[in-house]
Amino acid sequence: MIKLETINANVYYGASHALKNISMQLESNTVTALIGPSGCGKSTYLRLFNRMNDLIENIRIEGEILIDGKNIYQKGTNVDSLRKSTGMIFQKPNPFPKSIFENVAYGLRVNGINDAAFIQERVETSIQQVALWDEVKDKLKKSAFELSGGQQQRLCIARALAIQPSIILMDEPTSALDPISTSKIEELMYELKAKYTIVIVTHNMQQAARVSDKTAFFYLGELIEYSQTKELFTNPKIEKTQNYITGRFG
Amino acid sequence: MKLPDENKLEKLKKRRQRIAFIILGTIGYSIVAILISILTFIIVKGISVISWDFLTSMPEEGMTKGGIFPAILGSFYLVTGSIIVAFPIGIMAAIYMNEYVKHGTAKKIIKQMTNNLAGVPSIVFGLFGMALFVNKLGFGDSIIAGSFTLGLLILPIIIRTTEEALKSVDDTFRQASIGLGASKWQTTKNVVLPIAFPKIITGMILSIGRVSGETAPILFTVAAYFLPRLPHSIFDQAMALPYHLYVLATSGTNISESRPMAYGTALVLVVIVLFTNLLANALRKYFSNKVKM
Repeated sequence: MIKLETINANVYYGASHALKNISMQLESNTVTALIGPSGCGKSTYLRLFNRMNDLIENIRIEGEILIDGKNIYQKGTNVDSLRKSTGMIFQKPNPFPKSIFENVAYGLRVNGINDAAFIQERVETSIQQVALWDEVKDKLKKSAFELSGGQQQRLCIARALAIQPSIILMDEPTSALDPISTSKIEELMYELKAKYTIVIVTHNMQQAARVSDKTAFFYLGELIEYSQTKELFTNPKIEKTQNYITGRFG
Repeated sequence: MKLPDENKLEKLKKRRQRIAFIILGTIGYSIVAILISILTFIIVKGISVISWDFLTSMPEEGMTKGGIFPAILGSFYLVTGSIIVAFPIGIMAAIYMNEYVKHGTAKKIIKQMTNNLAGVPSIVFGLFGMALFVNKLGFGDSIIAGSFTLGLLILPIIIRTTEEALKSVDDTFRQASIGLGASKWQTTKNVVLPIAFPKIITGMILSIGRVSGETAPILFTVAAYFLPRLPHSIFDQAMALPYHLYVLATSGTNISESRPMAYGTALVLVVIVLFTNLLANALRKYFSNKVKM
């Protein structure tokens, strides 16, 4: 099933043309990796789906961006509820200056949920989903900053899961983490895709090859190649892709 | 062309490096020396009059005897009052500028005005405070008029440091919060402000130092030449350390006899400023450990 789709998406930052005519379909319950050198537009593409780009001044977005077949840039779209349906994970773990519990409860509270039992249940489930429960269950009241970087990142994922999104957008989620923490997050992605649609931007090609079902290669704002991950890494159709994945530039 | 001897070049480079280092070092340490000599001067001249009595009793016999308690208390009231006035306004203005109108004309105007406000001489603030708070609003010479005037004076400091503090908060914190469906206000209140808080305290440090030392703004708005009693309310006049120092040094009944009292007052003023700075620094460290990233 097609979960996310863009049709002729164009993005301009002032005069610079950051994304050029991107038409692409992303399937639900898969991990799609976006790869390409810095500045190729992959992060910009990712941020189309929760309208995070809207926060940037002088940005212009054209074309159709669809979630479940609905254009999310149409007038009258409720941006807050759109953002609730997508969870975002950032490059550097960024827990809030609150307790472990309150970090995960945050998304519920800001959306007006006050039912303590419900919040308790959601927080617990979400932390269990990211396999962090055993590590933090005795110190839920402690500051989130006391956790290690890898634990913080898993907490951030739990924070995103608490509001029950259907899409998870990850912007280089492991680039600030050590190898062990990285592999934990990768395992997690494998488990989470049963319930969620995951899009991940990564600089690490081994990671893209390990975790994703499909991979899209971006270069200078254009979508160069998009296919099954195995296919793209073993038998790329386009020379540029070949050059990038073999490390000849990037 | 023959290349110059490499050893020679190396030596020349080292010598220049040493000269630069000595000059810069000398300048750096001379600043420390200046501060130390000012402090020593005040301590040596003022320490003889410092006593428990000096700190806790009223001035007596034309301010040549007794203590400076009312001036200490008055300064404390003014620092507290001006911070109560300026802190909320300053923080809100900075939030508006940094979180709500990141670019745009509104920000430019507010920013330019803030800078201009910072450049206004403090005696002008005094005059303005007299016209508005003392006369127009009818507060009279009072702690509240003085607090408002001093509050205006430190407003730019607070706005600027708060703005810097907010700017230093990584944007992904905002994005993460907004990504969870939070509004801008919820994001600012729950995420951005707590992270920026330790740095906002810096604004308070700077303004405490400034307020306790300013003389001109309180001259026409609150400061009493001599008050034989403590202020009864915020609508009462008060003595204040810097103005008391000025009076003792220039227009007491017997200048030469009150000179030691003047140095004693200066010492107390310096110690209070130093102490609040240390305290606020400790607070800032304490809070930034709490929100370490």
